[in-house]
Amino acid sequence: MKDKLLLLGDEAIALGAINAGLSGVYAYPGTPSTEITEFIQSNSLAKQRGIHSRWCTNEKTAMEAALGMSFAGKRALVCMKHVGMNVAADAFINSAVTGVNGGLVVVAADDPSMHSSQNEQDSRFYGKFAMIPIFEPSSQQEAYDMMKKAFSMSEEIKLPVLLRIVTRLAHSRADVTISEPIAENNINLDVNRSEWVLLPVNAKRQYNKLVDKQALLINNSEKSDFNNFNIADCKKRYKRGIIACGIGYNYVMESMQNVEEKIPLIKVSQYPLPVQMIEKLSEVCEEIIIVEDGQPFVEEQVKAIAPDNVKVSGRLTGALPRVGELNPDFVRKGLGYEVTEGFAKSNIVMPRPPALCMGCGHRDVYNALKTIVAEYKDAKVFGDIGCYTLGALPPFTAIDSCVDMGASITMAKGAADAGVFPAIAVIGDSTFTHSGMTGLLDAVNENANITVIISDNLTTAMTGGQDSAGTNKFEAICLGLGVEREHLHVVVPLPKNMEEIDRILRQEIEYKGVSVIIPRRECVQTLNRKLRKQKAEKQ
Amino acid sequence: MTRNIIFAGVGGQGILSIATIIGDAATRTGINLKQAEVHGMSQRGGDVQSNMRLSTEKIWSDLIPEGEADIIISMEPMEAMRYLPFLEKEGWIITSTDTFRNIPTYPEDEAVLDELHKIKNLVALPIENIAKENSMPKCANVILLGMASKYISIISRDELRQSIINVFERKGESIVEMNLKAFDLGVELAQ
Repeated sequence: MKDKLLLLGDEAIALGAINAGLSGVYAYPGTPSTEITEFIQSNSLAKQRGIHSRWCTNEKTAMEAALGMSFAGKRALVCMKHVGMNVAADAFINSAVTGVNGGLVVVAADDPSMHSSQNEQDSRFYGKFAMIPIFEPSSQQEAYDMMKKAFSMSEEIKLPVLLRIVTRLAHSRADVTISEPIAENNINLDVNRSEWVLLPVNAKRQYNKLVDKQALLINNSEKSDFNNFNIADCKKRYKRGIIACGIGYNYVMESMQNVEEKIPLIKVSQYPLPVQMIEKLSEVCEEIIIVEDGQPFVEEQVKAIAPDNVKVSGRLTGALPRVGELNPDFVRKGLGYEVTEGFAKSNIVMPRPPALCMGCGHRDVYNALKTIVAEYKDAKVFGDIGCYTLGALPPFTAIDSCVDMGASITMAKGAADAGVFPAIAVIGDSTFTHSGMTGLLDAVNENANITVIISDNLTTAMTGGQDSAGTNKFEAICLGLGVEREHLHVVVPLPKNMEEIDRILRQEIEYKGVSVIIPRRECVQTLNRKLRKQKAEKQ
Repeated sequence: MTRNIIFAGVGGQGILSIATIIGDAATRTGINLKQAEVHGMSQRGGDVQSNMRLSTEKIWSDLIPEGEADIIISMEPMEAMRYLPFLEKEGWIITSTDTFRNIPTYPEDEAVLDELHKIKNLVALPIENIAKENSMPKCANVILLGMASKYISIISRDELRQSIINVFERKGESIVEMNLKAFDLGVELAQ
């Protein structure tokens, strides 16, 4: 009998990868992708096989390490949230030019509606940019099944495969039927050196090979089990047809459950787009409606495929909202069906935004900053990505910017270059090692007049408390980068130490150069978890 | 048969543990299930909700369409009302009446409860207090599950009890017993 398990989309991907003979996962935590790596870290077969699953310092180091494992002939997985793709992009794009040896699958978890992100970028563009196959599961079961296919296809066509998911699939549970695990690949170093050394002479040859593979990739999509074309009668003419991508397919099926109308429908879960399938659809329809979660990636391409007399509608034409994640109601409306009416919205309901936890050390850091900033009316505080971004909200309203991982230090430097004083950067420990260290080196090399606060809570807290790459190394890193010892301070952010922290902040703001202050106290969430565990073990 | 449930509460109230219990029961009894959760930023004292769909038929969408939730199960009265547009016209709200005040804009308790009691199909009790009075302060969420069990209907009470045992087993016998007691108390209170 086959096993059935209730799994998150993320967990289905993780188990699918393990059972497909994975040898290593490389990742930096990021919502909604974090649970993939966490599942592999705690899975018994993964432990037994010694599958690599330790967190990486950032998405670029993850992508490169995975490529190294693929070079050695083994199957590797890279996981990240969509904006992590920007960090990994250099290695990612070039991995399509070198090609792979062992299967290489990159999971990008997009966050339409920005539940916990800074933008809505659609990673399918990255897949097209790199000219590699993209899988986009419509269900947890398909996500599981796709892993085996993605790894074997990667090895067949010698290219990495991108698996693109969205928050709603990543963080939704359903039953998944599990297949038997297969063995890992053995190490295999029978690689052609000229394919991996991307000197222009080799890169040109490799790039031509990549371009030549495109027809094969399209052909694979035409006959893929994950794509299909449902047409009632191919002789008939239809008012409209639908192309539904990824989980968009579910919303279409949900909408059409109690509907008489027969509509020809293409389900797309593998790219590049199956061009012939779409041409056939456009022969029988007056209009094609594109239902896709994310940006109008398919809509733009179908416009180029369909003849001029076929209307193409979707997010660009207003048939579906231009921004935000899809839901069953948007799709029902978009298809012209009635939505069910519920109760009216209640006016008494107030927004309840997330906040820094009670007892969190970041709170004390912001309280200290508030005092100091009140003394310097021109002070600007450049924030970064993490729990402490919540310092932007009341009662602190303490930061002036939050853009991308590491931007606090470099933006403070640029602002200081322009004459802003004081220019203060607030960055977390994990974000600092992810992308802050290089910026600090820039600042040190120019002796920029900035004050950097590395708010160290000994973990990657926002995503649930994963290990932080730099724990116990921050003083050494800062000194190594050239920060002067007398301008490097470690403090304990507690209300009783406020006077000392205020004094150090004032002193270092007045110092004309780079200073680093490290308020260090463990995250209250990870601390409580540890204490509960200790208590349970004692009983 | 299909039951669409929205779970609501504030991060840390244990609303998603109830979903875990129902999920275990559904999987064991062969009922199809999809459950969309919120992770990440919303855990930090913000509002938390989860969409659960249970059906004997194939389930397509992970999300419940507007006006099609059969039940809203909530640990907090204002949070219960946040999802009113999703509640079916004959749907039920099963909620705690204990307000969780962690925002400056939170309305007067009385105003919230007045608004709540305008709902026709309502089971509302001060669960936190009941849990404390019965010396089971950590089981408020399971009392709520007991209160909702009649309306979940697609899964029997016996199966839910079995799943409470399965989910709490690793925490020891006394914890299992206390949660079963909490469940039965919830069932009784909702009669």
